[in-house]
Amino acid sequence: MSYFCNDDAAYRPPEARGPAVLTNLIPYYMLRKVRTVLAVVFFAAVTLLFLDFTGTAHAWLGWTARIQFLPALLALNVGVVLGLVVLTLVFGRVYCSVICPLGVFQDVVAWFARRRRCLRYKYSPALTWLRRAVLVVFVVALVAGFGSAAALLAPYSSYGRIASSFFAPVYAWGNNVLAYFAERMGSYAFYSTDVWLRSLPTFIVAAATLIVLVVLAWRGGRTYCNTICPVGTVLGFLARFSWFKPVIDTDKCIGCKRCARSCKASCIDVKRHAIDYSRCVACMDCLDNCSEGAVRYIHPRRRAPQKAAAGPAPAAPDAARRGFLTAAGLLASGLALRAQRKKVDGGLAVIEEKKVPRRGVPLVPAGAMSLRHFTQHCTACQLCVSVCPNGVLRPSADTGRLMQPEMSYERGYCRPECTKCGDVCPAGAIRPFTAADKSATQIGHAVWDRTNCVVLTDGVACGNCARHCPTGAITMVPSVPGNAASPKIPAVNVGRCIGCGACENLCPARPFSAIRVEGHEVHSEI
Amino acid sequence: MDDSRHNGKSLSRRDFFKVAGAAGLAAAGLAACGGRDEAAAGGEDAAPAGEMTRRPNPKTGEKVSLLGFGMMRLPFKGGEDGREGGETVDQEEVNRLVDYALAHGVNYFDTSPAYCQGQSERATGAALSRYPRDKYFVATKLSNFSPDTWSHDASVAMYRNSLKELRVDYIDYLLLHGVGMGGMEELNHRYLENGVLDFLLKEREAGRVRNLGFSYHGDIEVFDYLLARHDKYRWDFVQIQLNYLDWKYAKQINSRNTDAEYLYGELEKRGIPAVIMEPLLGGRLSNVPDNIVARLKEREPERSIASWAFRFAGTFPGVLCVLSGMTRMEHLQDNLRTYSPLEPLTQEEFQFLLDTATMMMKFDTIPCNDCKYCMPCPYGIDIPGVLLHYNKCLNEGNVPASAQDPRYRAARRAFLVGYDRSVPRLRQASHCIGCNQCSPHCPQGIDIPKELHRIDAYVEQLKQETL
Repeated sequence: MSYFCNDDAAYRPPEARGPAVLTNLIPYYMLRKVRTVLAVVFFAAVTLLFLDFTGTAHAWLGWTARIQFLPALLALNVGVVLGLVVLTLVFGRVYCSVICPLGVFQDVVAWFARRRRCLRYKYSPALTWLRRAVLVVFVVALVAGFGSAAALLAPYSSYGRIASSFFAPVYAWGNNVLAYFAERMGSYAFYSTDVWLRSLPTFIVAAATLIVLVVLAWRGGRTYCNTICPVGTVLGFLARFSWFKPVIDTDKCIGCKRCARSCKASCIDVKRHAIDYSRCVACMDCLDNCSEGAVRYIHPRRRAPQKAAAGPAPAAPDAARRGFLTAAGLLASGLALRAQRKKVDGGLAVIEEKKVPRRGVPLVPAGAMSLRHFTQHCTACQLCVSVCPNGVLRPSADTGRLMQPEMSYERGYCRPECTKCGDVCPAGAIRPFTAADKSATQIGHAVWDRTNCVVLTDGVACGNCARHCPTGAITMVPSVPGNAASPKIPAVNVGRCIGCGACENLCPARPFSAIRVEGHEVHSEI
Repeated sequence: MDDSRHNGKSLSRRDFFKVAGAAGLAAAGLAACGGRDEAAAGGEDAAPAGEMTRRPNPKTGEKVSLLGFGMMRLPFKGGEDGREGGETVDQEEVNRLVDYALAHGVNYFDTSPAYCQGQSERATGAALSRYPRDKYFVATKLSNFSPDTWSHDASVAMYRNSLKELRVDYIDYLLLHGVGMGGMEELNHRYLENGVLDFLLKEREAGRVRNLGFSYHGDIEVFDYLLARHDKYRWDFVQIQLNYLDWKYAKQINSRNTDAEYLYGELEKRGIPAVIMEPLLGGRLSNVPDNIVARLKEREPERSIASWAFRFAGTFPGVLCVLSGMTRMEHLQDNLRTYSPLEPLTQEEFQFLLDTATMMMKFDTIPCNDCKYCMPCPYGIDIPGVLLHYNKCLNEGNVPASAQDPRYRAARRAFLVGYDRSVPRLRQASHCIGCNQCSPHCPQGIDIPKELHRIDAYVEQLKQETL
């Protein structure tokens, strides 16, 4: 589809206008195309990170998550942060229009909206006070350790939640269809994967964010980026001083307002020939839409007079905060297992689902180092949750750590060979670790619960926990001291336990395992 | 014949052609039964050429078809393999199979109250009752495995229920089911102390049981005990496991079992007709390693792998009937071809099969026949599913011995992905706690927890790449 709205006879396509301005390499009328192509590439790459449950995409594309502003800041990734600052100081907020997946996502929504009616925007004054207020709240939340409150506002993690809640299931279902056919053709190219709701509160937050974003983007383009997004506010401040910026040539301008009407950031004030660079995301749409070639992306010789006019603010919805309820009780299948009497007629016993036990201290993966480090750095983007192949990581429903991942072992356990969460975390909340590091990092310890152990309740021999403990921390000991013939119960050597949860996951007791892992506030090396 | 093929969800090319062949036959119409299907060119796709071989029952003189229809592996609705529990037997398909079998000379149908999650007898009754009572022989068993059926009354109720389910006034062949599992002690509990065997002897006198016998697995003491009292009990037939692997290697495969050579010899000595079960070892003699396939096909390129096993079992003159659990039409058709008529093995071919067995012993497949007697596992594990997956991978060369194996990557993926496909994670070997409630029920005497733990340890090595 051609983007240009050439609905008036005077319109001239950009190729027919003046010479290249920015450089000799890229004619100015190509700038928008370059921006679009780059944006699509970044957007696809970041989205793929959330879709790819095999973890193979991260080796190639993991860097697209690591160059996101807030994760890089939290990871104290000086190089990336400096790079983004320099990028913004040279080109303006191209981060927002190319690198940020949430920004591009809004552009996609707006693109659909524009198919119905183009040149749909108009200039509106900046809501500077709101932007600053949100930024202050955001910084305070981060510093005070309310990471999940900050995560509500952070653009990359918002997109992560949307992608992992809505796009990833669709992708996984598509994969499962392929796996279905592969299985019937005797191919092992695809294998099916579980699709499950990891946390209702997080899903609701993601849904609310998605709705608000779609509505805002449909109606007003980059409203979110220029009123709420704290990253947008910070970069906007830098972008005022950027070297290159779109500039209106007052000699050529005929005041047709095509530029303002095409500006999704609503930042072009044609009357005053001024552009609010704190809101301009350098999308280059205005360049393409000016039939006179009056908007050019150049380094202005004189600073263009610009003043953000404060006007009456329409109520900006901050609905991302809206409507999440904490923990809905898990629906437990009321089917009791009770060891069925042995018959010989085949069939399979019903397996009752495991329930999440209460853990005094939540469990976080090996690279997290400590609960405190983890909650301070995690942006709740759900990348690790999406990629966890064992169904261990899921967003917390705890109000203090809402949406930040935690571990639980109902569906699987933290397998010794897996290092994926550490490989993918862009924010340094889970530092990269090796399988060897993990086998020596104590993230918690196992606790035996006499009342559930099948050795005592069913009177059968077991020892499945001991058999599967990767560190050999569990020994089976006689339940009656001194009587070697008595049923054997597990004894946990806490000093060797790393808290991987193999024992808890593979314990036959249901719905609550007879052995559960308690987290440690600070991880230690054993 | 192929008792385990129905477990594999994948449709091999060969299976495809067989299905196509069956479809062709169905199209030709059952009116053409007995005749050769003109359209089918290859040996494997043709309908049986001649008459079914029949063997006389020495007591009654009745002629029993050499191929007996085992009703243990009946098709389930929707093509399910009966793994999950709660499936229903596909009666229409059962009828179709029974119709075809009867039309081609099969007249012996073997069921039990325990088969197909308890649905087999009813399905058998429904299918057979559409024919005159003198057109078929029905065999069923007194399957009082569970201790709460050990009482006289409960066992007799089970027997009477069999008559009702089968819709018959008399049973042609009645068996004490699976004696030897649990040793003499269980034999005492199930049949001797409670007077159930005496009751059955009386039923035989009354004509409601025309032939009385027992099926045997496991402890040889029980087999010898019952045969030693042949004068008292006058066994009309005995059902034993016989095939070219068990002929000399049953004891080597599992020390609890006894070589078929001995079992058959004991019966022949006393002139007791033998009914053969597991001629294919639950499909393990049709799904064989590739080198065995090549070896057998080299001799008889147009015959199925399974046909060798059936010819082996049928060649013994003292064999009355060879049972096969046939889930699909192509199993039935292949077996019909083998036995219509039987071409007995020559002495040289007999030795060839024994040599083949010696070669097969080098593969350490687990002797699971997928009879599901071990099921349901109280902790939800799909025991036969796990064991069969392992065997399948062994046969297909997907059990790499080390990471240096040139096919390691592909084999690892096939093993692990196939494992998750054939057995849901919650039902895999890692959940086996070793309570050992299953092993006593295994007719093959497999130490199930040991095998599951071994497979689980292997899976861990594959997953962690520490092989």
